[in-house]
Amino acid sequence: MTPRSPPRQARAVVSGLLALCIGGAVSAVARAADYVSIAAGEFASVLASDAQVKPSSAATFAMRTTPVTNREFLEFVNRNPDWARGRVSRVFADTQYLSHWQLARDLGDATLAHQPVTRVSWFAAQAFCEAERPGGRLPSWLEWERVAAADATHTDARANPAWRAEILSWYGTASSVILASVGGTANAYGIQNMHGLIWEWVDDFNALLVAADSRSQGDPDKLQFCGAGAISLKDRDNYAVLMRIALLSSLKAVDTTRHLGFRCVIPVSKGPK
Amino acid sequence: MKSPAMTHIISAGLILTSALSILIASAAPQFAIAGPAPPPPTTTPPSGSIYALKVPLTDHRGRVFTLDAMRGKPALITMFYSGCQFVCPRIIEALRKTESSLPLNIRNRVPVLMVSFDVKHDTPDALKAMATARHLDDAIWTLARSDERNTRKLAALLDIQYRELPSGDFNHTSVLILLDAEGRIVGRTLVIGEADPAFVKLVAKQMAATTQ
Repeated sequence: MTPRSPPRQARAVVSGLLALCIGGAVSAVARAADYVSIAAGEFASVLASDAQVKPSSAATFAMRTTPVTNREFLEFVNRNPDWARGRVSRVFADTQYLSHWQLARDLGDATLAHQPVTRVSWFAAQAFCEAERPGGRLPSWLEWERVAAADATHTDARANPAWRAEILSWYGTASSVILASVGGTANAYGIQNMHGLIWEWVDDFNALLVAADSRSQGDPDKLQFCGAGAISLKDRDNYAVLMRIALLSSLKAVDTTRHLGFRCVIPVSKGPK
Repeated sequence: MKSPAMTHIISAGLILTSALSILIASAAPQFAIAGPAPPPPTTTPPSGSIYALKVPLTDHRGRVFTLDAMRGKPALITMFYSGCQFVCPRIIEALRKTESSLPLNIRNRVPVLMVSFDVKHDTPDALKAMATARHLDDAIWTLARSDERNTRKLAALLDIQYRELPSGDFNHTSVLILLDAEGRIVGRTLVIGEADPAFVKLVAKQMAATTQ
């Protein structure tokens, strides 16, 4: 279940070059990240406990068009040294936090700059989002799922077998050590890299209580639920999305992995672009 | 994939709420945040302490404090919501029985902090009503709430999963967590409704290490 490099290397290269042109010369001040407004709307989540009542409605929010890059995260660490590798509290990040950087405050490898930052814990991702924009946070699962349902032309392409196959092919592609740069083709919402690049944290990752018997590992007694029991999943053919839930539900907030990054959202009342 | 099994595990224990409530009435005031607020600790908590996260809380007495006000003594912490009819009373039972199973000199003296998932309904008044209804002794029990963002963070910190259902109920992990005097997690148990003997031993050990 290791995320793979995207099949569309060409697009990534183009966008990477573009990003270099725009941001390459800037060192002290980062170019502000783009956020795109996602209008409120109803959406049928794969989470059945929500969908059984009515389609989930997400309020209007604005989402970062690209995942946060290593360079952007380094700038955050430089401004907030408590989040540097080696200084961060062990309750906020595990020992592998940012371990792919050469030093605590030096990426070392220049190719990392425009790649999505990974090996970040949920706490670190939250802290970045809160610092980047007023009201900033990680997207909720429903917000993420809704935007991720889009292809280049439709806001909900989930019924399209080609869409599913393309995403699943990423899960199955040979592993690549080097992640592509962020950017590339935007989906119908104007958001990039929702699939094919990395796994992403969501704000409510610890709300994804998959029933113990459907977890692939772990102590079945680990979860004792109050109320009506675990979430159930509808649309079980949608493996592309269910894979995400499976991963997120297995994580602790301090966990970091080589392929797990994030993007942020902000409330629209703060005046996104 | 089969339809998900209910994982709502209820063992066949008896609920002795009213009888046991009488037993805890004589606890001495030991809770770190009871009375006037103590001066904030001058040193930063050690690595591994959950007190690194300054969770803002308001308790059933209307007092405003942050999570690290618990610092200085071992403490029991769990999360719940007052509208919970079935599992949460058993969490309280487990806490009561843990307290009353301790050696005499520390019996009913370990501070207990219960933080609500339900930021919409669990106002200080609602928490107060629950504390009264369940005869929870102010000397050791604190029922508290935070805001939505910080509730999520606290749960993440404690490795507790929770999810609000359309009905207003919550699915959640039911776990009792033991913190040492510095806020490091040193024990947890999923046994609810009764005391977990191994967990009681851990609590006694922590209290002995702190209370000379």
